[in-house]
This record gives sequence, structure tokens and C-alpha cells, in this order.
Amino acid sequence: MYRSRRAGFVALLYLAPALIFVGAFTAYPVARMLWVSLHDWSLISPPRWVGLDNYQRAFGDKQFWVSLLFTLEYTALITPILIVGGYLLALLCADNSMLRRVTRTIVFVPVVIGLGVSSLLWYWLLSPDFGLVNRALRDAGVIKDPVVWLGVNANLSNIAIIASVTWKVIGFGMILFVGAIQAIPLEITEASMVDGAGFAQRVRRIVLPLTRRTILLVTLISVIGSLLAFDQFYIMTSGQPGNRTATSVFYVYLNSFPYLKLGYGAALSVILAVIVLAFTVVQLILTRRSEL
Amino acid sequence: MTADLRLRGAASVPQASRRTRRPIGWSRRSRYLVGAICLTVCTIMLSPLLFSVLASLKTTEEAAAAPPTYLPHALSLDGYRRLWNYQLGLPTYLSNSLQTALLTIAFTLILTIPAAYALARFPVPGKEVVFVFLLMALIIPYQALLTPMFLMFAQLKLTNNVIGLAIVHTVIQLPFSLYVLRNGFAAVPREIEEAAVMDGASSLQALYRIFLPAVRPGIITVTLFAFITSWNEFLGALVMMSKSTSFTLPVVLAAARTETSLGGTDWGMLQAGVTISIIPCVLIYLLLQRYYVSGLLSGAVK
Repeated sequence: MYRSRRAGFVALLYLAPALIFVGAFTAYPVARMLWVSLHDWSLISPPRWVGLDNYQRAFGDKQFWVSLLFTLEYTALITPILIVGGYLLALLCADNSMLRRVTRTIVFVPVVIGLGVSSLLWYWLLSPDFGLVNRALRDAGVIKDPVVWLGVNANLSNIAIIASVTWKVIGFGMILFVGAIQAIPLEITEASMVDGAGFAQRVRRIVLPLTRRTILLVTLISVIGSLLAFDQFYIMTSGQPGNRTATSVFYVYLNSFPYLKLGYGAALSVILAVIVLAFTVVQLILTRRSEL
Repeated sequence: MTADLRLRGAASVPQASRRTRRPIGWSRRSRYLVGAICLTVCTIMLSPLLFSVLASLKTTEEAAAAPPTYLPHALSLDGYRRLWNYQLGLPTYLSNSLQTALLTIAFTLILTIPAAYALARFPVPGKEVVFVFLLMALIIPYQALLTPMFLMFAQLKLTNNVIGLAIVHTVIQLPFSLYVLRNGFAAVPREIEEAAVMDGASSLQALYRIFLPAVRPGIITVTLFAFITSWNEFLGALVMMSKSTSFTLPVVLAAARTETSLGGTDWGMLQAGVTISIIPCVLIYLLLQRYYVSGLLSGAVK
């Protein structure tokens, strides 16, 4: 439409603000992060070049491994719950009856509230003496004494937090799955029904294969989100007991801010970014391939 | 990078499937079972929110009762009153949160509307490279960038400043917004644009008169996601806003979960804060659900 070099110049003017912004607040911080990670720096003293020492230190740092393994454990536990649960909910309410639309809307409501805020809500629900979870479990006769869900036993904390986060985000996968299921041409479903395929058969032979890509995509998004978990652990356990439930992002935060070990914090950030990058690249390849 | 066809198609499918209303084809026999499961699911999903709102309305004594009551015996606004006067007062924190959110919306739109316009409608030299550069934040999690950003903002005096936090939130939001708007601009028919140019309109006039009205749904989607991201974001606010005068709502509530005037945690006040934080998000979602879901479907593939 707008031909010539002039048009290219005009386009650059339109792009300039965004290019400058991303350059200043994304590209520059990335470069700065790499630079800081090669230094010993505590804000009080000037930065001192230490080469790869910070990275070496991470591999010998017990808490680094505790945090990383805990984060992986959390991710490995919550991801199947979110995918299977989200998919079952999508199968339940992909059809467009009134009741199912309402169910979809309601299941999705917790997705739009903040993770920090939902963590505060569950911090109260799970409180040993003041929370409704223990009250309900006691009334039902499941437990006798209040259970201390958070911050005392790492596994129990993990389970409780997984339950709360599942409530918070399961609607996300569900909505994407519903979108994918509804995109299946009706003729296919109808033809299989004429052929006498039962519900379970249709799900296994038609719905699952045709939504495979979305399943993979939601899995990747969930994995990346879980690897970067912070709010729920900061608010609900503060990393307790003894930093056993401090996730990787939590450990970066602890080093960079309360401890002011900026060089080390930056090196940990780089390691984390590389781990997440592996998953992101797969996700981007997946989304691009479908466009060809 | 055009939108994922499968998901884009999905966004428009509900109308088509309304014809038969049964893309899955549940049998009639199972109708009651499905109905019962749906109701159970709804109850499970709604009850935490409902109990939180009810707890925020308990009297001071009842909110501090152990074991807790399920439903308030009497309604009271004590929790909200204590929240209103908590430390520097709720208005300070609300205004920090709101200012940050509004600035995030403004920054996001000012940066991404012209950029999306250029990428969708102009022959930009090295377009692919430019686009990938602008989407850089997609592959580097902002959680990893907070340390260098904090150092930078400390020098620029942007810590404890709503502008600084809004910049962080804009960094998070920019790739999604650019992606959604670029698709919006690309979908405008060429003929309309040509007619405007024939009439002697400059590209800026065409943007203003032709494109902005045409991409309105995209702008609404971008605006509402920017608001919700900024209003809810926690880690960036925790790092950048260390002075109590600049706390946002989630940060002050997180602080209030342990330290309060009553000695222990003030559960009634905390749930009042949770309720107030949730209300704008749920209202926006319920009122603009269409834009929200379409944004999600196109945004998930980014």
C-alpha cells in the first residue's frame, strides 16, 4: 500500500517507541543480568569481576538444589492434575447448554483473580485454628485435631498449595480445551455417532487425537508457570520449614533482595531462565508449526 | 507468525455449534448425571470466594473465633473499617494499585498500537527480526529480569514509584498486546484503507479514522488484560515497592497476613482485603467475558 523507502521510514517511526522501550527495559536488563552474574556485588561494595565463580558456586550450593528439586517436584505433581482435571472439565461442559455455559464461567472465575490474593484467601482457609478446611474436616470426622497444613511439613505444604493453585488455575486449561474441542468439525462427531461409537470411544478415537496439540500447549504453559512459582509459596509458607518450600524464583528473590548478593542472584536468574527457555522454545515451535 | 488457525477458529465456533449444541454429543440419558456434576463443580469453585466474602462481613469477635463459624451470625463492616484505617490507610494502597494499572494500560497502548500498525500494514525492512526483538520478553521470564531492573531503577529513581512498577508490568504485557493488535490490524480489509488513502489521508489519519475503530475489540482485550495483570501482579511490586507509602494492594495484604494491631492475624480484615481485590477482576470478567476469552484463545499461542 505505502510503497517505497519513505514508507519504510514512516514504519520505523511508528515502531520507534516500542523498539526503544524493549531495548531499554528488556534487552538491556538481559545484558546487565549476564554482566552482573559474572561479578561479586552486594550494592555496598563496588562490583568485582569473578568470572564464572557464581555459577560454580550454585552447583555446590545445597539450597540451590533443594529449591530446584522442590520446584520440579511441585511442577511434576501439579501439571498432570491441571491437564487431566482441566480436560475432564472441558469434556463435561464443552457442549453449549445453559448449565454448561454457566459452569464454564464459574470454573473460570478464579483464573481472573490474582495468585497473590487467592493465596491469601487459602492462607486463611488452611489456617490450623481459624480456617474452614480444618473445621469442615473435623465436623466430617476425618480428623480429630487441627492439621497444620502450611510451613511445618514440606510435603503437606506442597499438597495444600497444589490444591489451592488447582482451584485457582484449572479453568485456564479448561477454556483452551473447550475451544479446541468445539473446533472439531461437527460432521466428524455426528458421523461417529451414526456409526454407533459410544461416548468413551469417541473421546479416545476422535476428541483426544484432534486436540493433541492444545493438550501439549497447555502442558507447556502449565510447566513454565509452575517452574516460575513464587507468590503462593511466599505468602502461604514463606519458604518454611527451613527454606524447604522456597522455590527457585523464591531463592533468586532471597539472594537478590534480602541478602543483597546481586551477582549470585543474577547467576541463579540466568540458570532459571535457561531451564525455562528450553520449554518456551518447544512451545514457540509448536505454535509456529501450525501456521505454516 | 499469523494466529494459530485451530484456536482462532475455536473462538468463532460457539455460534456454529449452537446449531446442534452438542459438539461432544453427550447422550440424553446422562443428562441428569451431567447436571449433578456441573452443580457440584460450581459449588466447589464458588464456595472459597463465598466464604471469604462472608468472613469479611463477620463482627470483630466472630472473625477471630477458633474454630471459625461457617456463616456470620451478624453482619458487620468492622473488617472493612479496620482495613480502611490499616497503617497508612486503604486509600493510599488502592491509589497506588490503580495508578500503576492505569499507567500500565496507557504505556501498553501507546507502545503497541503504532508498532502493531507498522508491522501489519507497512513494508518494514527486516520485519521478522523486528517482531522477534519486540517479543523478546516471551522467552525471558520477567522474574529473572527483576534483579537487573531493580539496579537500573534504583539509579533512575524509579523504585518506590508507580511509573517504575508500571514499566515492569508493561514489559510483561507487551508481547501479548503486540500480538493481539497486530492480528487485529492485519485483519482490516485492504479496500477500506485504500479508499482512505485515495481521499488523500496520511497514514496517521488512516490509523486514526479507519484502523482504530476497526481494531476496537483488540484494544479492549489488550486494555483489560493490562489492567488485570497489573492489578494482580505480586513479585514485581514486592521487589520495586519496598517503602510502605508505595505498597500496592496485594503487597500490603501480604504484609498484613502476619503483622496486625490485634496481635495475631486479623482474619476479618484480611478477607475484606481479598474481597476488595477480587471485585474489579470478577466484574471486568463477567462484563467483558467475550473479549477475555477471545484474548485468552489467541494469547495462549502468542
